[in-house]
Amino acid sequence: MAVPIDNNLTKPTPPSSTLRFAFGNVLAFFILLLIGVLAFSIRLFSVIKYESVIHEFDPYFNYRVTQFLTKNGIYDFWNWFDDRTWYPLGRVIGGTVYPGLTLTAGTIWKVLQSLNIPLSVETVCVFTAPVFSAFASWAAYLLTKEVKGTGAGLTAAVLLAMVPSYISRSVAGSYDNEAVAIFALIFTFYLYVKTLNTGSLFYATLNSIAYFYMVCSWGGYTFIINLIPMHVLLCIVTGRYSSRLYIAYAPLVVLGTLLAALVPVVGFNAVMTSEHFASFLVFIVIHVVALAYYIKGMLSPKMFKVAATLVVSVGLVVCCAVVAVLVAVVASSPTKGWSGRSLSLLDPLRLALGWSRALDLPVPGQRHSRLAPSVPGYKTQYQAVKKTYASKYIPIIASVSEHQPPTWPSYFMDLNVLAFLVPAGIIACFSPLSDASSFVILYLVMSVYFSGVMVRLMLVLAPAACIMSGIALSEAFDVFTRSIKFYISNLSESLQIDAGDTVPGNNVSPPSDVLKNDKKEDMLKERPSRKNKKKEKENIEKPSVKSKTEKRPLVLPVEASFFALFLTVLLGGFYVVHSVWAAAEAYSAPSIVLTSHSHDGLHVFDDFREAYAWLSHNTEVDDKVASWWDYGYQTTAMANRTVIVDNNTWNNTHIATVGTAMSSPEKAAWEIFNSLDVKYVLVVFGGLVGYPSDDINKFLWMVRIGGGVFPHIKEPDYLRDGQYRIDSQATPTMLNSLMYKLSYFRFVETDGGKGYDRVRRTEIGRKHFKLTHFEEVFTTHHWMVRIYKLKPQKNRIRGKTKKSKSKTSYTTTPRSGTVKKNPWH
Amino acid sequence: MGKSTVTTKDDAQALFHSLRSAYSSTPTHLKIIDLYVLFAVFTALIQVGYMAIVGSFPFNSFLSGVLSCVGTAVLAVCLRIQVNKENKEFKDLPPERAFADFVLCNLVLHLVIMNFLG
Repeated sequence: MAVPIDNNLTKPTPPSSTLRFAFGNVLAFFILLLIGVLAFSIRLFSVIKYESVIHEFDPYFNYRVTQFLTKNGIYDFWNWFDDRTWYPLGRVIGGTVYPGLTLTAGTIWKVLQSLNIPLSVETVCVFTAPVFSAFASWAAYLLTKEVKGTGAGLTAAVLLAMVPSYISRSVAGSYDNEAVAIFALIFTFYLYVKTLNTGSLFYATLNSIAYFYMVCSWGGYTFIINLIPMHVLLCIVTGRYSSRLYIAYAPLVVLGTLLAALVPVVGFNAVMTSEHFASFLVFIVIHVVALAYYIKGMLSPKMFKVAATLVVSVGLVVCCAVVAVLVAVVASSPTKGWSGRSLSLLDPLRLALGWSRALDLPVPGQRHSRLAPSVPGYKTQYQAVKKTYASKYIPIIASVSEHQPPTWPSYFMDLNVLAFLVPAGIIACFSPLSDASSFVILYLVMSVYFSGVMVRLMLVLAPAACIMSGIALSEAFDVFTRSIKFYISNLSESLQIDAGDTVPGNNVSPPSDVLKNDKKEDMLKERPSRKNKKKEKENIEKPSVKSKTEKRPLVLPVEASFFALFLTVLLGGFYVVHSVWAAAEAYSAPSIVLTSHSHDGLHVFDDFREAYAWLSHNTEVDDKVASWWDYGYQTTAMANRTVIVDNNTWNNTHIATVGTAMSSPEKAAWEIFNSLDVKYVLVVFGGLVGYPSDDINKFLWMVRIGGGVFPHIKEPDYLRDGQYRIDSQATPTMLNSLMYKLSYFRFVETDGGKGYDRVRRTEIGRKHFKLTHFEEVFTTHHWMVRIYKLKPQKNRIRGKTKKSKSKTSYTTTPRSGTVKKNPWH
Repeated sequence: MGKSTVTTKDDAQALFHSLRSAYSSTPTHLKIIDLYVLFAVFTALIQVGYMAIVGSFPFNSFLSGVLSCVGTAVLAVCLRIQVNKENKEFKDLPPERAFADFVLCNLVLHLVIMNFLG
């Protein structure tokens, strides 16, 4: 049932059809090549429209790690303790990073160097994602081919090459874990299905190695190690156990667990955390089942009935015992964080937390803008978050808009017509239902569930949707073209219907035609006692015209099929148009270089790089720069300066400290920053040019995260009647906060005294004020990044009363004593 | 209650006999593989028992030891499935190929274990 293609190929075929197969294979090869080119080139819009730069936030970190790797080698990479971030804590990079992407790009760079192709590390990093999306398309072809044959495979590969959801994370320059991980995910699934279809231990070995690559690449590997056991369990429960299933699963668990434990960031988690327990449980179950089947094979059916009760009951007892032990272990050790994780399997909101911690430590900070307080519905969203998320970690995770549940338009935006084709694909997978197609269905269902939990996981859904739609489209084309051919052959030969229905004689029918009929026969032979009893009955009724009954329901009237074909092509056309639009317009912006079109032409905002370049040229190497955590990776990578917090949000307290400083009045903020040895503070301000994801819009999250650790920061103090505003109605706490002051300092000078903020669309509340503890040192061309220097302590003490002097010296003197080098005095 | 246990006992005895007679007809090379599997499982159990008594301190060593045994057993079971003549699913697979796959998989497994042993 599962290897229809092989059956087909090994069958003695007439010479014309062998030629056709050979021709078809060559054609498929070139189509695949073109698909690869398409997948690569559709992602180049960002390079063409902007330039060859690394995008956004996390990619900068990955780029920096890759630079370190290529410069210092693999051993230094594993041992790398980074002291330029999370000052004064530092971060062990080698043990906390998923190394797959970095090692991949590093290897590519090294190979290119050894071939005397002098590409820079940055270029390699920029083009890693497009290259791997081509690989991902090919992997999707292979997987779908295992499920439904070559035609469906090619369609799925085309769809995947340009699915907007995947494009959004893999445009040139988007150098993030997902770039390689999606390829690894699909390829692992392909090898699993391949092993399942062939029962070859060789593929099982390859499968575990592919799984290893996936574990290296992305925390989303837990999806694989839960999905595959689930599928195995499904097969067992539905009575589809076979020894191929055992070969596909059991070696994968043992080898996969060992290989996963080799990755430092996973380590013993591979056997210690409950995300992996499902696989062990199913591992036990499959052995029990295998034993049962083995004994069944040895005994006579009569004897087996006796044995079955014994063996099954013993097996159940063992399983129950194991489950009980696991539950007891998980429940009895809440300190190890297991209970939270095991709960995360049940509760979607917990699940979101579990995923975001699993996906990697670097929680990406992009697309904050969607959470801008000005967005309608923001308040209710926040209320929901406040009620359900109790843990102290959660504001950080909730603050990232990628971790929110998606809205319906985002499904349409990211999947487009695939969303409508998927149900058809599911139906096509049920006829006939093989192990492979049931796996794809399960994959789809699970990924739909997960994508409903978190926008970011739409990425996992995209390949499943592509595979399903590929199957649906290819089946539809099959039916339409067959009925047209049927009509044409009828018309031209003007024979009876009987002449047309022997397929080999009909030499214009495509190979997929043959294949499909074979499959149908397979199905009818293999599963006579299941749901399709009805169909069988029909067959029995008209055994003489068996092939005819098979074809009859598939042949449509010719006008209808022409029309439907036209509509299908149109649908595909819409999809292509939408995808190209998404690739060119929606997802190509690198977010460090911004452009805007206005009536007087194109404007380029290159303020971020301007600011980072200023930092790297005008500050001391060891100076510390404080900013909100979103800009941490970029500052370390582009300005090469030490930062207090960055996008790897591993220490909530540290982030809360920075959040508290930003929410405090100037003096308190100065004290906090000074205690952290900070010399410069960087804020992002979009009020002048209307850049919405600036720090003022993220400010409430700083308050929230700060208030979560330091209770004297209270969110209601910053809200007027529950509304976040910065105009004259704003609360005094808001207007006195450091973030407000640093953002709007001297802002009135830009538009002649009005102080109109273009993001919030209002005049600012407090226009004229002076800074006492900070001084402005640099503001970029469009005011998007503003850098302030902490004024040295000495000046401040001179002008103050004795009381405050003694107080501040109490808090700051021991700290300032630890400052090794003070360039200012 | 007592009656049912008696019948279960009888059934179990009959089952045991028929199992034994059925197993005696197994080819010798499969019996050797079975012995190998049993040995591997037994070794794993010894290690687990040792861990329970002494403690799991070099956890990676314990893990690699146990998983080495379990992995060996699993791979041997796979080999047994593939070379079993009665198994219709693997009619086309020559035993040489099955053994080559087995060796490859074992090689990978033990390379990983050597790496993990610490």
